[in-house]
Amino acid sequence: MSSTILTTILMLGILAIGLAVVLYIVAQKFKVVEDARIDEVENLLPGANCGGCGSTGCRAFAELVVKSDDISPLFCPVGGNETMAKIAEMLGKKVEAKEPVIAVVRCSGSCENRPRTNEFDGAVSCAVMAATYSGDTDCSFGCLGKGDCVVACEFDAIHINPETLLPEIDETKCTACGACVKACPKLLVELRKKGPKNRRIYVSCMNKDKGPVARKECKTACIACAICRKNCEFEAITIETNLAYIDADKCRLCRKCVDTCPMGSIKEVNFPPRKKDTEI
Amino acid sequence: MIKTFKKGGVHPSENKLSQTAALEQLPPEGVVKIFLSQHTGAPAECVVAKGDRVKTGQLIAKATGFVSANVHSSVSGTVLGIEETADYQGIKKPAICIQVEGDDWDESIDRSTEINRDLSKSAEEIKAKIAETGLVGLGGAMFPMHVKLTVPEGKTAKILIINGTECEPYLTSDHRVMLEKGEELLIGVQLLKKAITVDKACIGIETNKPDAIAHLKQLVKNYDGIEIVSLKPKYPQGSEKQLIKAITGLEVPDRALPIETGCIVSNVGSAFAVYEAVQKNKPLVENSVTITGKKLKKQKNVIVRVGTPLSKLIQAIDGMPADTGKIISGGPMMGRAISNLDAPTLKGSSAVLFMTEKESKRGIKSECIRCAKCVDACPMGLQPFLLYKLAQRNMLDELKENAVHACIECGCCLFTCPANLPLVDYIKLGKTRTR
Repeated sequence: MSSTILTTILMLGILAIGLAVVLYIVAQKFKVVEDARIDEVENLLPGANCGGCGSTGCRAFAELVVKSDDISPLFCPVGGNETMAKIAEMLGKKVEAKEPVIAVVRCSGSCENRPRTNEFDGAVSCAVMAATYSGDTDCSFGCLGKGDCVVACEFDAIHINPETLLPEIDETKCTACGACVKACPKLLVELRKKGPKNRRIYVSCMNKDKGPVARKECKTACIACAICRKNCEFEAITIETNLAYIDADKCRLCRKCVDTCPMGSIKEVNFPPRKKDTEI
Repeated sequence: MIKTFKKGGVHPSENKLSQTAALEQLPPEGVVKIFLSQHTGAPAECVVAKGDRVKTGQLIAKATGFVSANVHSSVSGTVLGIEETADYQGIKKPAICIQVEGDDWDESIDRSTEINRDLSKSAEEIKAKIAETGLVGLGGAMFPMHVKLTVPEGKTAKILIINGTECEPYLTSDHRVMLEKGEELLIGVQLLKKAITVDKACIGIETNKPDAIAHLKQLVKNYDGIEIVSLKPKYPQGSEKQLIKAITGLEVPDRALPIETGCIVSNVGSAFAVYEAVQKNKPLVENSVTITGKKLKKQKNVIVRVGTPLSKLIQAIDGMPADTGKIISGGPMMGRAISNLDAPTLKGSSAVLFMTEKESKRGIKSECIRCAKCVDACPMGLQPFLLYKLAQRNMLDELKENAVHACIECGCCLFTCPANLPLVDYIKLGKTRTR
């Protein structure tokens, strides 16, 4: 009886040692030598796995950063300049500070400005809606309001305002990862420079119809009247296919275009309220 | 024996409310807007200028390239110019606008009602005439007819199949054509047979139209090589691949055209249009449209000029019923909801369907319970529930592996789904994204 127990223990013991040796040899033979810096870089990254950098996740980005000699084209929008500087310092590589950007929605077609002419009864998805028809208002360029951008945002930074039915961006949460830019079938979201003191000016419209048509479709549509371009002292405004666009690099935030736009389609963000009759 | 296709399919309530309403002409008035692109392929190029006077049947836009079709004026009057016009879905496309002034037809068109039984024209002449008169398939896709009739090299056509199934609920315009224009239709079939040099043609008709079957069986005695095939009513029997399967038992291979099986499919409306084009020199300027709906006071089958605004059709039935929830162009299964009441009709418009508020609402969506009803119903043997999920997550490689391209968008899956999932909505999206 006791010999049976002894034999069993002995047999299993020998087997275990044998297998351990095999495992050790295999582990040595197939050992993958990984750059330890990849782990360190990954620890510095925010770990959101949002894909905003263009890689499939933070790990992939870390590998890319360690492998590349020149890391200046690589950028983690979520971590921003601070994180990139830390990574560069750790790896001993150079990186230039990038101007921070933020998402803006280029449509002002609220329910008031753009009455609904029909009701969409299909799947709750902007992509499906855009593939089906021109939309539930007369404007075929504006926001569809089904919230594909809201679903795409990993940071809870974009929400549909129930009153205007337009998406609004929470500036404190937006990391400029660009997920909403890709999700919007009408290409309404743009990543724009945050600007000094978070102040920025942009044309909040994507309507490319001719002026008279656009005017009928929405009360705040850009009608390409070119008044803004005429008033801009810095040649920051261009008009293409019946739509004005402000070049953020040239714009000096004088707000003349905002004041003179007859349709009110140019928006200013984070400016202090105007003082009457005095230049700011 | 009554034939049908085997795999999948559904049978929605037929609701053929307008089947007893005889075809009637809707006189043109006001302004018509004729799209330059109302066919699959390249848009036609406008050949008239603002201020020109045109006659009914006159060429106003020329085909550009092989897969394209000529467009003719459907009315006589003055050209107002080319305008960006919103179609049924509100998408703006260029259209020629013509102010209607009287109804003055081009002299070369034979407008007599006398039946022309002369079949002496050669295959080439017939095809040339079809291309010249801008004929497109009236079954739905509006594919230029002369392209369809051109058999690719190395292939031979053996049989011509004419679709008289009208499997979509509510629609009756093809039914009326078979009853009222039977003789002309059969001559059209003979011409088509000659054009593609085949000896045999089958006209498939579902048994829910016994009068049409009896009528055509009587007439067909005078014509060689045409067979009337009775089919069991089942949707989507009118779809090309399903119809070939039902009539010949042959299966069209994946990603192949019907010609692989030696079949060329056309529908009865198109065959009638071929008769008019070849024998009467009449371009495709009007087509039969069913106007129907449960709450309509008048059910109608009207012959409408191409480019007539939808609002004129609504006038013809004395206005829209009060509780209309949705207006659909085409049948309830495959038709598309209309968001713009001023949109003009197309060459291939088949019906305008008024649905009540209650009918038009989709059921409340819940979760997929894996009952596989959609798999049973799919006539293409796909797994709609899976494609739906894949399309939702934008998994394009997996969508391709699961043959999303084979979906014919018939809507059987959505029709049977107990959870009311928007299956077709997403599968269509997946199809466009994987293209």
